[in-house]
Amino acid sequence: MTMTRPAPGRPGAHAQPRSGAPRPRLGAVELFIGLLLVAVLLRGWLVGATTSARAETWLTIFVSIVIQATPFVVLGTVVSAAIAALVPPAFFARALPRRPVLAVPVAGVAGAILPGCECGSVPIAGALIRRGVTPAAALAFLLSAPAINPVVLVATAIAFPGRPQMVLARLLASLVASVAMGWLWLRLGRAEWLRTPDRPELAGLSRGAAFVAACRTDLVQAGGYLVIGGLTAATLNVLVPPKWLHLVAGQPVLAVIALAALAVVLSICSEADAFVAASLTQFSLTARLAFLVVGPMVDAKLFAMQAGAFGRRFATRFAPATFVVAVLAAVAVGTVLL
Amino acid sequence: MRRELHALILALLGGTLLKLALTGDYARYVKPGIRPYLLTASIVVLLVAGVTLWLAVTRRTVPALPREDDDGHGHGHGHRRFDVAWLLVLPMLVLLLIAPPALGSYSASRSGTALGAAQTSDLPPLPDGDPVHLSVLDYASRAVFDHGRSLQGRHLTLSGFVLSGDGGTWYLTRMVITCCAADAQPIKVGLTGTVPAGLKANDWIKVTGSYVARQDKDPVNGEAIPYLTVNSSAPIRAPALQYES
Repeated sequence: MTMTRPAPGRPGAHAQPRSGAPRPRLGAVELFIGLLLVAVLLRGWLVGATTSARAETWLTIFVSIVIQATPFVVLGTVVSAAIAALVPPAFFARALPRRPVLAVPVAGVAGAILPGCECGSVPIAGALIRRGVTPAAALAFLLSAPAINPVVLVATAIAFPGRPQMVLARLLASLVASVAMGWLWLRLGRAEWLRTPDRPELAGLSRGAAFVAACRTDLVQAGGYLVIGGLTAATLNVLVPPKWLHLVAGQPVLAVIALAALAVVLSICSEADAFVAASLTQFSLTARLAFLVVGPMVDAKLFAMQAGAFGRRFATRFAPATFVVAVLAAVAVGTVLL
Repeated sequence: MRRELHALILALLGGTLLKLALTGDYARYVKPGIRPYLLTASIVVLLVAGVTLWLAVTRRTVPALPREDDDGHGHGHGHRRFDVAWLLVLPMLVLLLIAPPALGSYSASRSGTALGAAQTSDLPPLPDGDPVHLSVLDYASRAVFDHGRSLQGRHLTLSGFVLSGDGGTWYLTRMVITCCAADAQPIKVGLTGTVPAGLKANDWIKVTGSYVARQDKDPVNGEAIPYLTVNSSAPIRAPALQYES
């Protein structure tokens, strides 16, 4: 970044602690305006470079994921900003059982009250941890909320007409997996893996100003990582040929793993995934249940957002563990119920 | 500086989404039911941007809080962390400058027909009209799950884009979405009879014809693709709502 901050006559100035004297530098606002101008000037070239069907499909899926997720990110942001700025920390201490082992299942069940998809629950879980909720409970909430809320369960019932056991199986398997992950975090998790940055800029502001500042920080943070996730998901979507999938549909074990992996790749909103699962008719119901349980908890988009909210060290451990636990929960519940 | 940058990026985000929702272009990417949420979200984002800018301008003289630029992480090393907020500019520029089209024959040819999701034998009688207009999904469901019983002896019109299959067959296709284009899946209907000459993949046509008891298996996933005997057809412009749901 030295190019943006020329410091004539001061070699190695960037290694020095900042001194009081203002240095001339190209500000972020000027950079932003310049970027827009360059993009507008390059428009003809940009359009020409993306005319292939594959490039268009990639771009369409990318922006669709961003557009579709934005309302939920905004909802999650407003709720988490309200938690950060308006709800006193003592509230959660009273609302949740004091013992973490009990707080985990309570938080997991509480996930049912948040109508939304996975993009909204990431900033909310971050705000809960900052507000002193034990991380294990906040993580159980993070995993269960997008999977077991009423909107998602109703969508599942509509997608699988005449198979109400699918709704029950999804509810149970998701709840089991999220509570299991909460407990697993209590047992094996280390505080240093989890990075939830403090918000020093919120201190000392009035309630209203703190609310707006929290909204702004969460929006650009969750939104920025959503973009990484959308890019990943769109890339995987056009690179992985769906034909591969149908080669393994007949093999019970591989089918479960394949659909669980598909859920990670596609990063479909949890409010829509039941309809995609319903159309995968060559697969067993248990394999499709694994798709529905894994999708809201681990996917390419969500991984990027979790890495952004809690740090990469956290995400690289938490996401694979969640994948395994979710698949096991789906297989166990599927074997009994489906 | 950071606050102002965030406010501008959020204004770009909110403004772009508002424009999409107002012009109807959003329907290329998400289902129509998302529009109210999109409008609400874009207004909230614009409000946050506006209030942030207003606070930044009116309270500039107040001594800034210590090191707001660092936002709580990565301080003291001289180099500043890359601000992920910048990434939000990317999809907005794609939307404003490139405006990629709704998914068409490329995606449809890679995925198998998704008729399985519509599986039901409980179909209402066909509406009145001669010819009667049906969605591709409705036609395919009636043809496959009801063995065309409700379609017998009726003139039907269907519209969609075309997709070339194996052996020179053309499929009339619509993408079905539940939330957004990431979950889009095709529904395919084979065309037989007077199939127009000179079709290109992705051309939109409206066909008039009748039910025929013939089915193919989709090479991608082995699901049934019903056929329609075409009597006449005409090229059309792509409709505003290109997806069925």
